[in-house]
Amino acid sequence: MTAPPIGVRDEPTETRRAGITAAGDDTAPASFVVELAHFSGPLDLLLTLLREEQIDIYDIPIARIAEQFLLRIRTLRLDEAAEYLEMAARLLRIKAQMLLPRRDGAEAWDDPRAELVRRLLEYQQVREVVDVLEVRAEGRRNRFARTVPPAPERQPSAGPLSAAMADLLAAVDRLLRATRGPDIHAVIPRALDVAGALAAARALLARRARLRWRDLVRVNAEPWEVLSVLLAVLELARLGECVLRQTLAFGAVEIVGLEAGPGTLVGDSETATAPLLSSHDQPPAYDTAGAAA
Amino acid sequence: MTPLAQLLEAALFSSGMPVSIESLAALDSDATPESVEAAIAELRSRYDEGGHGIEVVEAAGGWQILTRPEYTAAIERAQIASRPHRLSAAALETLALIAYRQPITRADIEEIRGVSAGSILKSLLERGLVDVVGKADALGRPLLYGTTPAFLEHFALRHLGELPRADELAVALRPAVEAAAAPAS
Repeated sequence: MTAPPIGVRDEPTETRRAGITAAGDDTAPASFVVELAHFSGPLDLLLTLLREEQIDIYDIPIARIAEQFLLRIRTLRLDEAAEYLEMAARLLRIKAQMLLPRRDGAEAWDDPRAELVRRLLEYQQVREVVDVLEVRAEGRRNRFARTVPPAPERQPSAGPLSAAMADLLAAVDRLLRATRGPDIHAVIPRALDVAGALAAARALLARRARLRWRDLVRVNAEPWEVLSVLLAVLELARLGECVLRQTLAFGAVEIVGLEAGPGTLVGDSETATAPLLSSHDQPPAYDTAGAAA
Repeated sequence: MTPLAQLLEAALFSSGMPVSIESLAALDSDATPESVEAAIAELRSRYDEGGHGIEVVEAAGGWQILTRPEYTAAIERAQIASRPHRLSAAALETLALIAYRQPITRADIEEIRGVSAGSILKSLLERGLVDVVGKADALGRPLLYGTTPAFLEHFALRHLGELPRADELAVALRPAVEAAAAPAS
């Protein structure tokens, strides 16, 4: 499949677009195959056609566009770009549907182009984000970082950790010191919220394969929160949903999510049915459609 | 400069990638996130005001030392370092989709782009810009993809929130489209 250019491309978008209009002569089939490689897919080609013809995306003259589209891809062999052919077929089908007689004044006419318009708009949004990304990448590309080989990932020491009691206490002390200082005069007994911490940790693990302690405990967490998270993480490890790794004595503990297959969950049916994706902890909607309204 | 700022400078110099505040704070047992931030600010202003060819830049939730862009052309001419290749349009589109819709399956990417995404995903995985972040509950338990810290660094982003929000884009989707954004279950 040669149609979408994969890998690297060193010419900026402007030349890419310009190249299309400049080589507008469709009678040169040899140059055309190369030209098609400029497009990242049938939607890209379609959108470019619409732009060239200055066509309103909500009112596409489907017959004309289908013709143009076919003209552009006619030199393709069947095995070269199934995606383009599929789009061509789709266009012809819409064209046929448009030719069918409509009932007069029927309000509920389903525009056969609606689905195509939706996809084109969605794709156009992607292109817009790509433009933003391109500018940002270009800015970063013009700066060099040092090329230091990264430190090799340390394997956890095989034997059991040997630690003196004093070291353990010091570690606990460090953890607690990172939390808000204890208020000695107003002690409010608080139940641990292991279930809540468990759900939060699961939600995070579903999105990211590796976590660190800091990802789970908020800054200025109170001791009961720290303990809840600790118990939740241990519980996850017990259930086989994650492994805990400490590459260095007293180093940061890494929480690595494991596939929570049904076989690995033993016993506790309540946790076994917990959904992999929890919605309550999702970041604000960055999906291209959700927040558009 | 304060001893902590000097220590951070050495640490940032030793790393090719952004170093997180947590890792920087771990350098010194007396350091707190606040004191690290203050030392970073000190280091940055030192580089900015002292006339330096490098600067301290925030990226991917951490900090790193980068050369200033005005010297790139000369460095490249002298063949001391060369800029990495640009990503292809197809790769950028795939990345844009993953960034906004993560976790997302390959099928969803292909449905929106209208082309197969297998080889592009493979090369993005190899470059470390995306990673498998889980499996969807859908039939066949397809892999879910998400972006990595390397993605943020590649696009000089501090976090994903720096990408334009959907309502900031010029192309506004009609509400009827929302169903398409919901993950298939």
